[in-house]
Amino acid sequence: MSDTPAVRLRDASIGYDDVPIVTSVDLTVQRGEAVAVLGSNGSGKTTLARGMLGLAPVLGGEVELLGAPVGRLRDRGRVGYVPQRHTVSGAVPATVREVVSVGRLARLGLFRRLRAADRVAVGEAVAAVGLADRMEEPVASLSGGQQRRVLVARALAAQPELLIMDEPTAGVDAASQEALAGVLARISAAGTTLLVVTHETGPLTGVLTRAVVVDQGGVRYDGPLAGAEEAAGHGHHHCDPGEEPSSPGYRLDQPTVTSRSARALGGGR
Amino acid sequence: MEVLQYGFMQRALFASLLVGLVAPAVGIFLVQRRLSLLGDGLGHIALTGVAIGVLTSTAPVGAALVAAVLGAVLIELVRARGRTSGDVALAVLFYGGIAGGVVLLSLAPRGQATNLEAYLFGAITTTSGSDLAVFSVIALTVVVVVGLLGQRLYAVSDDEEYARAVGLPVLALNVVLAALVASTVVLSMRVVGLLLISALMIVPSAVAQLVARSFRQALYLACAIGLVVSVAGTTTSYYTGTPSGGTIVLLAIALFLVVAAAVALREATSRRRHHRRGDVHGAHPHEHGEGCGHRPVPHGDHVDYDHDGHLHAPHLTTSGVHYDEHGTEVPR
Repeated sequence: MSDTPAVRLRDASIGYDDVPIVTSVDLTVQRGEAVAVLGSNGSGKTTLARGMLGLAPVLGGEVELLGAPVGRLRDRGRVGYVPQRHTVSGAVPATVREVVSVGRLARLGLFRRLRAADRVAVGEAVAAVGLADRMEEPVASLSGGQQRRVLVARALAAQPELLIMDEPTAGVDAASQEALAGVLARISAAGTTLLVVTHETGPLTGVLTRAVVVDQGGVRYDGPLAGAEEAAGHGHHHCDPGEEPSSPGYRLDQPTVTSRSARALGGGR
Repeated sequence: MEVLQYGFMQRALFASLLVGLVAPAVGIFLVQRRLSLLGDGLGHIALTGVAIGVLTSTAPVGAALVAAVLGAVLIELVRARGRTSGDVALAVLFYGGIAGGVVLLSLAPRGQATNLEAYLFGAITTTSGSDLAVFSVIALTVVVVVGLLGQRLYAVSDDEEYARAVGLPVLALNVVLAALVASTVVLSMRVVGLLLISALMIVPSAVAQLVARSFRQALYLACAIGLVVSVAGTTTSYYTGTPSGGTIVLLAIALFLVVAAAVALREATSRRRHHRRGDVHGAHPHEHGEGCGHRPVPHGDHVDYDHDGHLHAPHLTTSGVHYDEHGTEVPR
């Protein structure tokens, strides 16, 4: 069972309302890998991840997670998800513990309640993101970066085998980015498969080893992270050396001259 | 107490007690998912059920329950299927419900209880013993379901997309919540009426949301507020001779206004204001430094800037300069 790949896409097309955003993608991610899914806005990288999560319909081909087609996985909670959201706050206040406990529910079926072991897992997940002392505080009172870490803890609470994250470092202050990189390094070392959708690998360069560059709905590069910059950079990047970001790593959201935004249809999704 | 001497008032108070307790326990999930008006729409649909009940000479409460629950399930299915046409479809369903109810009630043979106003705004003194039995069963069912599934309902209301991604049965839970709302609408039929029931679901939750720190706290507080407001409103209506539904809702809204004003007042104090960084930083889009007009204040290993009586601590991030609030005690 555990020798099946974490993610396997074969000739997969994913989109919305029958309009494919991602077309004919073949991609296999083995267990334990730490993969960056890179691409500019509108490239289809978020749609690719949403297709794996069952949030965007698979229009053709096959998408399998942990050996089962999307949405058919028997043991829910084996796939963790950190959405691209800047804040957590719903209309009604909730504490860090309450938000993170939701992550644990996926493992419990429909009626089972949180038991002692579940509470321990919730506590460990919150501690892992460095917010143990904020457990009983309303999430809305935390900073944006801390709220993002709460969402990471929510995903970790289920102790997933595969963790899919959408832009976990965007809009997060440096301290939280470092904390996040530390958390991801630890869970990656523990054997969790990571799939991080991002437009800049800077803060996570030490964690992610493989890069998949998505462009215009297809995979344009698949290989070591270090090579992603060359593969995607030349011929498309025309920014002055002075405009290079201060942090090391690869960015695709720099101003470009080419009309790569032709695929704006799926913008941001 | 004089108010307890009459059988009809005993029944009225018991009914309002049930409604006050149960309506906010369901309403808080609607507030959480920003669907506050769903209860209102289900009230509209329940009117058709009432009319059918009156016309067929069976118990209108039972018919209203069936109509409201069916309507609720229909609404969830419409919501789940499409995003674009959903809004219009709901409007059609809601108005169709109330129009159907009005027309059907007008067709009822003379001599039957076809007082439209009583159904729309509540007529608590008409609560019969058999109504109370049905209400008790509904209330108990709602409380048990919320107790069993509360955490799942919270998860779906809080972040539906996440719930879907990790495999919670989102549609089923949404249907359950809608059915709970529909049951609560019917439960509240005699006390506050089909047009005002939404208020008793939403307003206590809105008050609790202002002061609570956790969702659990908000839930309990909302139920307590609902209970007090409902019983107090019914008692008041007895002495003032006003309709119970309107009295209860006005009382709840008065409480909401008072609490909202108190919270706003507290937030206006400086300590609160400084936690809301976005507002403060939007007001001065420049980087603090020498000659920026703000007094530098040494603070440990860095320099804060005195900005209208509170301290800004600049630090570099990859995305530029970011400011932390470092307290309000500005040393002179």
